[in-house]
Amino acid sequence: MSISTTYQRPGPIQRFWAVLQDIAARPSGAMGLGLVILHLVLALIGPWIVPFSYTEMNAALMLSGPTPQHWLGTDHLGRDTLTRTLLGGREAILVTGIATPLAVLWGGLVGVFVGLVAGRLDEVLMRIVDAFLSLPWILKMLVLIVTFGTGTQVLIPTLAFFYGIPVIRIARAATHDVVARDFVQAARARGHGRFALIWRELLPNVRDALLVEGAMRWSWMLLAFSSLSFLGFGVSPPTPDWGLMIADARGFMSFAPLGVLAPMIGLSSLIIGINLTADALAKALGIDRAQKAPV
Amino acid sequence: MFSMLLRRMGLGAITVWLVSIIIFAGVEMLPGDACTAYLEREAKGKLLENCRRDLGLDRAAITRYSEWAGNALRGDLGVSANGQKQISELVGYRLRNTLLLAAGAMLVGIPLALFLGIVAALWRDRPADIIVSTTAIAAMTIPEFVSATLMILVFSVWLGWVPGIVLTSANAPLADFFPEVLLPIAVLTLVMTAHILRTVRSSVIETLASDYAQMALLKGVPYWQIVFRHILPNALLPTINVVALTIAWLLGGVVVIETVFNYPGLGRMMIDSISDRDLPVTQAIALIIATVYVAVNLLADLLTMLANPRLRTAHMRRK
Repeated sequence: MSISTTYQRPGPIQRFWAVLQDIAARPSGAMGLGLVILHLVLALIGPWIVPFSYTEMNAALMLSGPTPQHWLGTDHLGRDTLTRTLLGGREAILVTGIATPLAVLWGGLVGVFVGLVAGRLDEVLMRIVDAFLSLPWILKMLVLIVTFGTGTQVLIPTLAFFYGIPVIRIARAATHDVVARDFVQAARARGHGRFALIWRELLPNVRDALLVEGAMRWSWMLLAFSSLSFLGFGVSPPTPDWGLMIADARGFMSFAPLGVLAPMIGLSSLIIGINLTADALAKALGIDRAQKAPV
Repeated sequence: MFSMLLRRMGLGAITVWLVSIIIFAGVEMLPGDACTAYLEREAKGKLLENCRRDLGLDRAAITRYSEWAGNALRGDLGVSANGQKQISELVGYRLRNTLLLAAGAMLVGIPLALFLGIVAALWRDRPADIIVSTTAIAAMTIPEFVSATLMILVFSVWLGWVPGIVLTSANAPLADFFPEVLLPIAVLTLVMTAHILRTVRSSVIETLASDYAQMALLKGVPYWQIVFRHILPNALLPTINVVALTIAWLLGGVVVIETVFNYPGLGRMMIDSISDRDLPVTQAIALIIATVYVAVNLLADLLTMLANPRLRTAHMRRK
């Protein structure tokens, strides 16, 4: 019997499992992960488990309290609140779920590139980034949405564009930490080109930072998406959406408080779940999650 | 230090200039212009041409940009599209009202955040810390419109302590905004406190682990003396920058809060101007907000420099 001395590098799937186990081993991480998974499952199977159709109106039963048929009561058009709350996250999860990877991808690539080449290009680009970041997010989003109209096909690129800009900074800073290391110098000395450097040396080393950043961006994006819906610039009725439901039910709060409370719980539990998971992910990957302001 | 300050100011000015270009270009992209908004969306022909000539909209974008930017530098923000009023007049009261919100939130929020952050750090991982930190995460991640609506439901609808909506007109004296302004201030304070206290907490924890704090502890200096003499002065320095960032964020976050409470501030004016396609007003507000953002950050850099002896005396050591 011989002892193998070769070190088996864990594959990506094993690594993924290891990180997931690490997250689940922390109480707050387990809770966050549980909430996120619950919401993802609900978004997937929602349409098959809801008791009513989200458009079905019951004119005889408007703004009712909880009844045996309508567990959470009905809204101002007599639609079932439970149904609409269960379905209310689908659009938000779909839009932000596509926009987040896009934002991290483009922001990350640009950030790593300017972090590597530095110089004049870097200076100019960072000034432009600063200029963008000094405008309130809502103004930037609204200008684009008013120009191109609302709807998923506008919201996804808009969110991906604006939320990629702060990622540039993170990726650039992470690249600066890596570029000075010996293995990058060695790769340069071996004569690797810029893109080989980015692909083989830099990206694997900034990946963890970008993952954590992506998780955070997802939560900010959900916040932006639901705020836009709330203000009337997001999804259009009758699509069930938490932000829109809260805006609609707000006027009837004194008669049917469940109409606002139910979507609030839905939205808050998802966002808190993402944040707890992101925190645990940062700890699992050994990244010191610095304090960041929402941009 | 002086040259560093000049450099920062130069960068700030460049940022504001770039922002003005972005704002102008962004608003140029909007469908329609001041004339289509003023007349009608479908206006055509002679009337539209005349209006465009009167407002000077037929000239090249670059000419209009330099005129607009030049006037803005002198404090003249132009004329609103539908009301035909001076924007500086319109904005004045709104800015004052928004500043009232911000000042109220800062007055309560900053001391509260410092206190809670220090408590959470000194009693790290104890019940006090866990409660404070968890509440902070919840407060800063839940959208403002959710916390605002919840507060209205609890304090206005159920308890009936304060009015849940502001009905005072924009140019009323400040005293008229009480007590309606209390709930919006409470929501702002909640979010702001959460952001600042998290930085205070991690900064204090970091300083507690530093060599000089450990040294003081080992040589037997009383714990509270270490806290007040060594830890707090060093730990609170990074807080200045976060306070600045948070104030800057406040200017954007206030948009949603003002809309929820129907508060006549700058943020709601911005939303209204965008829906009404009142482009001159949109441009003016965006420029004001961006300038305040840059100025607050500049001020924070200056304060940090003044408070940090290492930065203040850098030039002396070099000699």
